[in-house]
Amino acid sequence: MNEQSKAFTMEINTTGSADSDTVINPYKVTCRKVSVFYGLKQALFDVDLDVPDRAVMALIGPSGCGKSTFLRCLNRMNDTIPECRVTGEIKVDGRDIHDPELDVVELRGRVGMVFQKPNPFPKSIFDNIAYGPRIHGLARSKSDLEEIVIASLEKAGLLAEVKDRIHEPGTGLSGGQQQRLCIARAIAVNPELILMDEPCSALDPIATAKVEELIDELKKNYCIVIVTHSMQQAARVSQRTAFFHLGVLVEEGVTVDMFTNPKDKRTQDYITGRFG
Amino acid sequence: MNEHTVKSYEEELALLDKKIAQMGGLAEQSLGRSLEALERRDPKLAEEIVLSDHAIDDLEREIEEQVISMVARRQPMADDLRHIVGALRITTDLERIGDLAKNIAKRSLAIADESHPKPLMTGIRHMVELALQQLKDVLDAYSERDAEKALAVWRNDAQIDAMYNSLFRELLTYMMEDPRNIGISTHLLFGAKNIERVGDHTTNVAETVHYLVRGFNIADERPKDDQTSSTLISGS
Repeated sequence: MNEQSKAFTMEINTTGSADSDTVINPYKVTCRKVSVFYGLKQALFDVDLDVPDRAVMALIGPSGCGKSTFLRCLNRMNDTIPECRVTGEIKVDGRDIHDPELDVVELRGRVGMVFQKPNPFPKSIFDNIAYGPRIHGLARSKSDLEEIVIASLEKAGLLAEVKDRIHEPGTGLSGGQQQRLCIARAIAVNPELILMDEPCSALDPIATAKVEELIDELKKNYCIVIVTHSMQQAARVSQRTAFFHLGVLVEEGVTVDMFTNPKDKRTQDYITGRFG
Repeated sequence: MNEHTVKSYEEELALLDKKIAQMGGLAEQSLGRSLEALERRDPKLAEEIVLSDHAIDDLEREIEEQVISMVARRQPMADDLRHIVGALRITTDLERIGDLAKNIAKRSLAIADESHPKPLMTGIRHMVELALQQLKDVLDAYSERDAEKALAVWRNDAQIDAMYNSLFRELLTYMMEDPRNIGISTHLLFGAKNIERVGDHTTNVAETVHYLVRGFNIADERPKDDQTSSTLISGS
């Protein structure tokens, strides 16, 4: 880290939350030589990447660069695609997620995911959030479940807006509210890692700001990995940024450094809008 | 460096460079002509310099406006961000250099009727020549994106400071020789101080160019050799 970003981080630390300095947090996820193949086509090449806990890591890069593919490795979502093969080692909290003894359903309970388009179930707001805790058996009683639902809505910053219509369909909410509902649903199962795949690309600027504010809040307790096409969003919400290009992890570093003084020319060209 | 996908962005960046070069050229010209006005005791030239300063001020305003507009519309990143912020910083320094040259021209008006002590005038001339060379080099460093050249300018400023120190002593001595010299000496002293300040602003520009090219600030402390704030020649 150079002098400037050091000063900048210190500035954040004195004015904002104390957890902004990503350097001191231990790694939540460690990846070594991760490659992904779709049939014969290799989509990701030997990615080594460590993700610090209680911080936001942004994955950026042009379409088809492998950033979403990488994200989907972290909760083994690629398992659902026939033809798809993942090699290399991915550890969450030091535990290999490809360990045959590991329960994939349990893994996905620990790793929440939010998608590009809000995808609430065609159920009530309450049931949308209660779904996960129910199937993972996290609530022992009805009041337990209610508590989880209310707490999740609160954490997602949605409670005040929906508390009077909690039994109405989730699909009746606005796009931004639906996305925050999906985030509430993801955190209801108490995950340790939250993956977001372009969570704001279908939202207007105000809804985007609310989700970003939420991400800021959530990073105090969670490890968040976010894929985004908005360079400004990556610069705003993340502490570290990784740049992918043609299936290769080109550069990874402190976000401020990446956006003021990237080391690799490909990163430079991409973030300044110079790719042909 | 590849071109931006958005052509108008590329054009705006080029325009920024063009305006900085133009502004730098005007500042150089002002400084050079202010020496001429001083040496030739040419009140007409001095007036011209004072009047022409508004062109530099106008350019500063234009560049400022363009920078604000580009930050708002383009959300510049990485080298573009450093380029745009750098332009804003450089334009402030160039505007100050223009002001200092203007001030020298004004002083030349005030002392046009007095006899100019030759060795002191030679000292002033050397200072201006060096300051002009430094300014030219730093503007080249900017347009060529040459961090090494900027670094050389940055180091070289110590020379101007040294010249200023010796001129300062000479002027004090001259004043002590005859109180009637105090008027002109004071104006020449301020003139020399102005040139020394031009050197400082040129050094600022060098720092900005270095940051703009390399992405980090010049680490070590700039050589500072202006000792006049603690200099006194005892009369007894």
